[in-house]
Amino acid sequence: MLPVSHYIYLSLALFIIGVIGVLTRRNVIIILMSIELILNAVNINLMAFSRMWGSVDGQIFAIFIITDAAAEAAVGLGIIIAFFRNRPTVLADEMDLLKW
Amino acid sequence: MPGLLQLTLRDSNLIMPEVMLSFFGLGILMTDFLLGPREKKWNALTALLGVGFSGVTLWELRPLALQHDQRFNDAIVIDPFFIFFGFVFLAATAIVILISVRYLDVEDEHHGEYYALMLFATVGMMFLACGNDLVTLFIALETMAISFYVLSGFLRRDRRSNEAAVKYVLLGAFSSGILAYGFSLLYGMSGSTNLNAIAESLGQRPPGDLLVVIAILTVSVGVLFKVAAVPFHQWAPDVYEGAPTPISAYVSVASSAASFALLLRLFLGAFWPVRADWAPLITAVAVLSLTLGNLAALKQNNIKRMLAYSSIGHVGYILLGLVAGNKLGLQAMAFYIFVYAFFQAGAFAIVVVLRKKGVIGDEIEDLNGLIFRNPGAAVLMLIFLLSLAGIPPTAGFIGKLLIFWALVETGHYTLAVVAVLYILPAVYYYFRFVAAMFSREATDQRPPIISFGQWVALAAIVLVTLVAGIYPEPFLRLATYSILTPFGL
Repeated sequence: MLPVSHYIYLSLALFIIGVIGVLTRRNVIIILMSIELILNAVNINLMAFSRMWGSVDGQIFAIFIITDAAAEAAVGLGIIIAFFRNRPTVLADEMDLLKW
Repeated sequence: MPGLLQLTLRDSNLIMPEVMLSFFGLGILMTDFLLGPREKKWNALTALLGVGFSGVTLWELRPLALQHDQRFNDAIVIDPFFIFFGFVFLAATAIVILISVRYLDVEDEHHGEYYALMLFATVGMMFLACGNDLVTLFIALETMAISFYVLSGFLRRDRRSNEAAVKYVLLGAFSSGILAYGFSLLYGMSGSTNLNAIAESLGQRPPGDLLVVIAILTVSVGVLFKVAAVPFHQWAPDVYEGAPTPISAYVSVASSAASFALLLRLFLGAFWPVRADWAPLITAVAVLSLTLGNLAALKQNNIKRMLAYSSIGHVGYILLGLVAGNKLGLQAMAFYIFVYAFFQAGAFAIVVVLRKKGVIGDEIEDLNGLIFRNPGAAVLMLIFLLSLAGIPPTAGFIGKLLIFWALVETGHYTLAVVAVLYILPAVYYYFRFVAAMFSREATDQRPPIISFGQWVALAAIVLVTLVAGIYPEPFLRLATYSILTPFGL
């Protein structure tokens, strides 16, 4: 069996890829995908720790995170569609109506 | 740890305030179909009733709060801290409902979902204040945040509102993800999602442990995003400017207070044993927030944007209370959060009043000559701006004074001097707006109309602002009750 640390490194890698994706990508859809990546990194962490401690709490937490990710994606895409109707762009740097 | 989830009827009484809010929120969604397009304001009444019932059930919980009752497998804790923040949220919600009715009529976007979402957001805030478990806290935070994403984009035909919602949802979801990552590490270190167990296991780890530092760092980033502290503040000015004005008030008052409740629960509860690890971080963030918030507010001509930057400065002051970390500092934090909720909402309420057909009412020119057009509104705005700047005899002055005292008491003399100095730019940028109201010619002669509901909200706000400034004693006792008793400090 693989030691827990391997799973932690995998989740850390996913987390860092997600953060870099959010910070560098211009397309808001890809930014949303990167956020999903971060949440999946969290889930891997929770699963590994849950196994390590032999407690079910982490798995329950993971189910809640999956649900939350779905809710967030639904609302996020809905908002992006509402935006797109008034201004057909999905690029974050063209959303420049509000700035100082 | 108990093996089975033990629920009794008495347990469900403990979440009655939240149950009431959800019940009335769902009720609004159902009765909304029965109302014609001109009758939507009755939804506001239903929402106010829900807030009222929630308040009564919350009041009934006071005897339990003194026993520090933990139920639902310790997932929630009923303590004075929860009662205090619960009432702050309910008061903010009631105020925002009262100022919303006429605003939505003017915008021609009067839908029942608006009030339902506000109640659901309040449910999230209430659980955020009483949660004692990582899962509860995270879901509560998301309930609140997702409702706010939709509310800030509620004016579907308005491009600025669309854009505010997109920015809010992207940065909000990003920060929630980082926070969740921190939570997963906390679970990994302690094997439990309960805050008490986490505090215990954090205390046993060697000081400066890398995993502890990473966990605290990620959790702090997530929470500081939510309270809009520098360098995680970028969403705040855009959301405040673009969102419907009552929602800007709601985000800056209730969402910020709820995030501070989460911050205090985590830092005074779970992270208290390792405070040497996070104290420098919070100090740096507080000073940065003070600096950037107050300096960037200097050149804003949009009232909502100016209030956004100045609110970042206020977050800096509140965090300084945590830096001091003694009894007086924490008392000052609770007092500041409480009174700030009122006068910040008041300043936004005046901007709401200025909105009429064809005028957004959030530029400095829209305040021109307000004293001649509507003296009442101008005087109220003056009181709120004085309080925001921290000038006696208002509540804002007492709040800042307590923070300074706490800093001096704990020997943070440099920080105290810096905090006092930043009052100067604050006075300057608030008085630009006062000058526009009192000494400029009115560009638009039509007097703003204030509805009955708005008068009620404004009267309540100005009462708290002045009473807490002139006779702060009962409010200080409230702060002691709320924050010193539950954390045993």
